Amino acid sequence: MSKIITIIKDTMSDHDKIHSLGLDVKKFALAIGRIAVLIGVSYVILAPLIGIFVNSISSNADAYDPMVYVLPKNPTWEKYTLVLERMDYFSTMGSNLIYVITLLIIQLLVCSMVGYGFARFDFPFKKLLFACVVVMIIIPANTIMLPVYLTFREFDPFGLMTLINGAPVNLMGTTVPMYIMTFLGTGVRSGLYIYIFTQFFRGLPKEIEEAAFVDGAGVWYTYFRIMLVNAMPAVITVTIFSLVWQFNDTFYAKLFLISDETVISKKIASLQATITNQDQILEVVIQELYLNAGIVLVLLPIVIIYIVLQKYFIEGVERSGIVG
Amino acid sequence: MKKRMTLNQKRMMMGYVFILPWLIGFVYFYVRSIIMTVQFSFSELTMDMINGGYKLINVGFENYRYAFQVHGTFSQNLTSSIFGIILDVPLIIFFSLFMAMMLNKKFPGRAVIRVIFFLPIIMASEAIMDSLQLSEMMMNGGISPMSSEASITSSDSGVNVRYLIGVFLDLGLPISLLEYLITAVSRINAIITASGVQIIIFLAALQAIPGSLYEVADIEGATGYETFWKITFPMVMPHIITNIVYTIVDSFTKSYVVEMAYNTAFGQFNYGLSSVFSIISTVITLAILFFVVGMIQKRTFYYT
Repeated sequence: MSKIITIIKDTMSDHDKIHSLGLDVKKFALAIGRIAVLIGVSYVILAPLIGIFVNSISSNADAYDPMVYVLPKNPTWEKYTLVLERMDYFSTMGSNLIYVITLLIIQLLVCSMVGYGFARFDFPFKKLLFACVVVMIIIPANTIMLPVYLTFREFDPFGLMTLINGAPVNLMGTTVPMYIMTFLGTGVRSGLYIYIFTQFFRGLPKEIEEAAFVDGAGVWYTYFRIMLVNAMPAVITVTIFSLVWQFNDTFYAKLFLISDETVISKKIASLQATITNQDQILEVVIQELYLNAGIVLVLLPIVIIYIVLQKYFIEGVERSGIVG
Repeated sequence: MKKRMTLNQKRMMMGYVFILPWLIGFVYFYVRSIIMTVQFSFSELTMDMINGGYKLINVGFENYRYAFQVHGTFSQNLTSSIFGIILDVPLIIFFSLFMAMMLNKKFPGRAVIRVIFFLPIIMASEAIMDSLQLSEMMMNGGISPMSSEASITSSDSGVNVRYLIGVFLDLGLPISLLEYLITAVSRINAIITASGVQIIIFLAALQAIPGSLYEVADIEGATGYETFWKITFPMVMPHIITNIVYTIVDSFTKSYVVEMAYNTAFGQFNYGLSSVFSIISTVITLAILFFVVGMIQKRTFYYT
């Protein structure tokens, strides 16, 4: 009798074991599947980048060698030296970064201010105005491009310029239009940033401000020294988005005819032609190696900024109420 | 002091002060511009290059008639853009939701994978894409390689897509479904690069779901499948709307119609026609948005 019981017990525990083993196998299979998908997708994302980098360091002989795959036989940096010179890299990149970073600071100040206004104050037509922010996100920029172009070609707000200069000013070819638009909260994707800030400020507890108010802080002091400091996740999210999108923006750069001395992405568009004409490199295959070197150089600073900020960025997005 | 404001009125004024820069910008650059664009679309605009300024001659619906009936490629590009977007949106949404759920789990190397996944956001530089495409075009002797046919047959993935297509056809899958899947697979690169921001939004949404819901489901013995459809999916539903809106707007700004509007204005100096292109594309975007959001909104569950 006791034997039977032990046998039953044994089989039962075996059954449990098998059951748990089954679960383990299932978990294992799921994990393998997940790793496979993640690696696959990562490959799709990284493959073109690796290809560009490899091309940029291959020598001319490698470009024609069918045996070369991924690893060039004679890696060389000589493509970079020429491209650095032809693109006027350091000065162009410097002024481009200054352009992007100053615009970023304006974006942060203006959009957080407007967002704070929407989140914490009650005024008539607030809902309607906030709907206008959403409309701004939705409407494609090409709808307003012509009037904006005309406005800045003969820039004369309320006849002020005529009063000072005697004639409207042509701002085409300068960066001023971009600064003006950003300052007025209508820069590159400003609507989205206003939205992010509004949602974030709404999520912050009101008690902080009330405490500040009781302690005698004014509205501006509260905004600058208390709310903006607490809005770090939103600030970082907007920082990355703004840096990247402003850097990659070609629409406004083309529209305002901003010179390629300040916008490096315009230089990359003409790099191949420059190399063909100035250096008499006529083989398309070789030209592409130079082009790839140029692309690596253009992407480099933005990738570095992203890698430095990415940890805060992903945390920030999770907490910044981008989801409302 | 003639009249003292109450505290509420003061705060009201402060609110306006805070949003003032944006309000000016919105009225000056958006409201005014939209009205002007509509006006341009009904007229023939000639720029006065010497004295500055421009002249408008009212031509009624002539520009619209031209765009739809005379212009060679506009209607074609418009419909292909719209169909492309309608096909892409579900793919991007499901792909990004799937990816966000994967990235939300804890596993070794998650930080690295996340960095890689959001790279497309910072790589989406139009100038770079254009120059690469141009150089490829020159390599092929001036023929654009960007046709879907080419990308299927000469796919770099090392998988024989033709063979797989044959297998699925033998299985008796409906051809229309198969075609959809094939285009999806051959455009996987475009879909992945287009879904960076969407993954972020879904990831943030998934993090916001209270863990207690999953605990309850676990105690009640729900399977993973049930948990997904009964908890995860309804909870991220509002963000699916956000993502659909973002995807539609984003793909429309990148579509060929927008490029055409730009080229018509600044390449051929036909400002009236360009305004027509802009207005039609905007109206269609808005119509699709309202239709889709209206459809989903009714079925959306809001937790709070």
